[in-house]
Amino acid sequence: MQCTFPGGNISFEHGLIYTGLQARNAKQQDKQYVGFATLPNQVHRKSVKKGFDFTLMVAGESGLGKSTLVNSLFLTDLYKDRKLLNAEERISQTVEIIKHTVDIEEKGVKLKLTIVDTPGFGDAVNNNECWKPITDYIDQQFEQYFRDESGLNRKNILDNRVHCCLYFIAPFGHGLRPVDVEFMKALHEKVNVVPLIAKADCLTPNEIKKLKDRIREEIDKFGIKVYQFPDCDSDEDDEFKQQDKELKESTPFAVIGSNTVVEARGQRVRGRLYPWGIVEVENQSHCDFVKLRNMLIRTHMHDLKDVTCDVHYENYRAQCIQQMTSKLAQDNRMDSPIPILPLPTPDVETEKLIKMKDEELKRMQEMIQKMQQQMHEQDQ
Amino acid sequence: MEENDTDPTEQVPCTNDSGPEDHTQDHATLNYVGIEAVLDQMRRKAMKTGFEFNIMVVGQSGLGKSTLMNTLFKSKVSRKSCTPNYEEKIQKTVHLQSVSHVIEEKGVKMKLTVIDTPGFGDQIDNDNCWEPIVKYINEQYEKFLREELSINRKRRIPDTRVHCCVYFLPPTGHCLRPIDIEFLKRLGEIVSIVPVIAKADTLTIEERQEFRKKIQHDLQANEIRVYPQREYDEDAEDRILNDKIREKIPFAVVGTDREHQVNGNKVLGRKTKWGIIEVENVAHCEFTNFRDLLIRSHLQDLKDVTHNIHYETYRVRRLNDSNVNGLGLSSLSITTGENVL
Repeated sequence: MQCTFPGGNISFEHGLIYTGLQARNAKQQDKQYVGFATLPNQVHRKSVKKGFDFTLMVAGESGLGKSTLVNSLFLTDLYKDRKLLNAEERISQTVEIIKHTVDIEEKGVKLKLTIVDTPGFGDAVNNNECWKPITDYIDQQFEQYFRDESGLNRKNILDNRVHCCLYFIAPFGHGLRPVDVEFMKALHEKVNVVPLIAKADCLTPNEIKKLKDRIREEIDKFGIKVYQFPDCDSDEDDEFKQQDKELKESTPFAVIGSNTVVEARGQRVRGRLYPWGIVEVENQSHCDFVKLRNMLIRTHMHDLKDVTCDVHYENYRAQCIQQMTSKLAQDNRMDSPIPILPLPTPDVETEKLIKMKDEELKRMQEMIQKMQQQMHEQDQ
Repeated sequence: MEENDTDPTEQVPCTNDSGPEDHTQDHATLNYVGIEAVLDQMRRKAMKTGFEFNIMVVGQSGLGKSTLMNTLFKSKVSRKSCTPNYEEKIQKTVHLQSVSHVIEEKGVKMKLTVIDTPGFGDQIDNDNCWEPIVKYINEQYEKFLREELSINRKRRIPDTRVHCCVYFLPPTGHCLRPIDIEFLKRLGEIVSIVPVIAKADTLTIEERQEFRKKIQHDLQANEIRVYPQREYDEDAEDRILNDKIREKIPFAVVGTDREHQVNGNKVLGRKTKWGIIEVENVAHCEFTNFRDLLIRSHLQDLKDVTHNIHYETYRVRRLNDSNVNGLGLSSLSITTGENVL
C-alpha cells in the first residue's frame, strides 16, 4: 500500500514506515545494512510534528530601530498597534518587559517565536540599574522552568527562557558607552548576548570597520562574554569553514532594518530610500543583516538554545541549589521537609482537571487535523 | 567596494536533499525566513553526539535470543559471541548481563547495549523469576533520576534505561502460558515490551495466524499492554500506523547467521532437507517486519516512550513516596547526602 505523507519521502509497505532514502531503496538493501541510519530521519519527523520555540530579547535605547529590525528578520508586523510615548510621558516611564508571540510556519516546520521587548531601557535621565527589570525577568523564567522541571507533571513544560538577547549599540559614538558595558556585564552570564551596531546606514564602510574593531577591543578589555560561535569541526568542508571564519570576523554585526519595500535595480527589495541612493537591507555589501539572520535562524538557532540550556540555566540551577543548601545549613533545620522542591502533589481534583484539559486538547487537535484534511481534499 | 552580484529576488528551490550550506545562501526572497534550517542544525548535532539504545532479551534458554540479536544487528553483539569460553549452562538464578558495542552505519554512530537474562524460566520453580529483571530496570531509572537531580549534572546524562524488552514466546501454538502472563503483566507497566514468537519455523502459516490470534486475545483479556501501546498514540496519523502494527504483533521470527545460495543470491537462512528458510523473506517469516519496527521506524519512538512515559511514571512514584516519608527527594538531599531510600 502506497501512501505519502506531507513532507515528502515517506511510504508505507507491509504496514511499516520507510523514510527518505529507504523508501526508494527498500527493495535493494545492502547486505550488511541494518537500518538504524534512519534514526536522524525518525528524529526529524518527530521534530517537525512537535515544532520549535525560540525566545528572543531585544534591548537598547529607544529609536535605535529594534522593532523595525525584528519585523525585518521575521517578516512580520509585530508592532502594529504600538503607540509611541511623547516627551512628557517618557519622563516617568520605567523599564517594562513586553512579550509578543508569533507563530511562523514554513515548509511544514512550525516555529513559535516570542520577542521580549524592553521599552524604556536607557531612556531616563538617571539610568542606574536600568537593567534590573531585565535580569529579574530572565531569572524569573529560569525559576519557572526550574520549578516545572522539578515538579510532578512534566508533560507540557513551557520553555520561556530567553535564548538570545540582541543588544543595540548606537552608532553615533566612538564605541561602547558606560551603560552598554554595564548592561552587557550584568547579562552575559545569564543569556547569550549578541551585540549589534544599530542604524548602520549612517556610517561609511571605513567608519563601520573602525567602530567594530573598537567595540571588539572594549569587549575584551572589560571582560564581557558575548555569545561565541562554536568552532567548526576539522571534517567540515572548506566552504563552511570559510563562511564560519567570515562570520566570526564581522562581529559585532552592523545592521539596518526596514519595513518598506522599494524598487532597486529593477527589483522590489526591503530598503530605505534616500535622495543619494537606496540602502538595501538584504544586500551584503550594505550591511550585515543577512549575516545576522543566517546566524540567528539558519545556522545557530539550535546552538543558542543549547547554550542557554546547558550553560546559563545550569549555572542558575547550581546557584539556586547551593543557596538553598547554605541557607539550610545556617538554619540547621534538617528535620522539616524542603517546601520548594519537589512541588507537592496537586490534589485529585486538580489532577482530574489537568487530565480533562489534556484530553480536550487532544480532541481539538484531532478535529483541526480532520478539518485541514478536508480542506486539502476540497482544494484538489 | 565591490558590486554585490546576488540577485535579491532569485528564488532557489529548497528540496529535502539540499545540505545545510544551501540554506545559508542569500535567498533574499521577500517571504522566506528559513526556519526549517533548524532541522539541519539538529541533525548535525545528533550525528556528532551519536545515539544510544538499550535492548533487553527475555525468554527461556534455547529460544534463539542471541542468534536473533546477531541477525538483527548483523554483527556479533550478543553475550554469547563476546564471551570467551562460553558454555551453554542453565544458570541457577536469573543473572542479568549486558554487553555494549558501538556500531556505525552511514555516518550514524550508535552505542548498542544488549542485556541478556539467562536463567529466566529455566528452573523447576520459576516463581518470581521476573524480580531480578524488574529490579534491574528500576535501578536504571533510579540512576538516571539521581543524575538528573544532582547539582552538577552532565550535559548528556548517560542513558542505561532499558528502551525495549523483547520477550520470546515458545512456539507452542496454543496460548500464553502462566509464566508469560505473569511476566508480561508486571513488566508491561514499566518497560516497552515487544513479544515475538521464537523459532517460528516450526509453525505453518495458518498455525502462526491461529497462535497470533490466541495470543492477542490473551493479551487483551489480561489487560497487558505491549508496544506500541494504544494510549500513547500521539495523533490520528500515529494511530493508523500503529494499529496496523498492532494487528501483526507478536511477530513470528526466525534468526540465523548463516548464508546460503538461493536462486543465485546469497541469503541468510536455515538449511533443512525440505528447503531453505529465508530469514529476510516476508513469505517465510516476519523477521523483516520485526526489524523494521524496531530499528527503521520506531527506534526513536521507543526511546521517547521510555523517557517520557515509563521514566516519568517512575519519577513521580519515587517523588511521591519520599514525600510521604517526610523527607523530600530533591537535589538538596542528593547533595547533603541524606539517605532517603
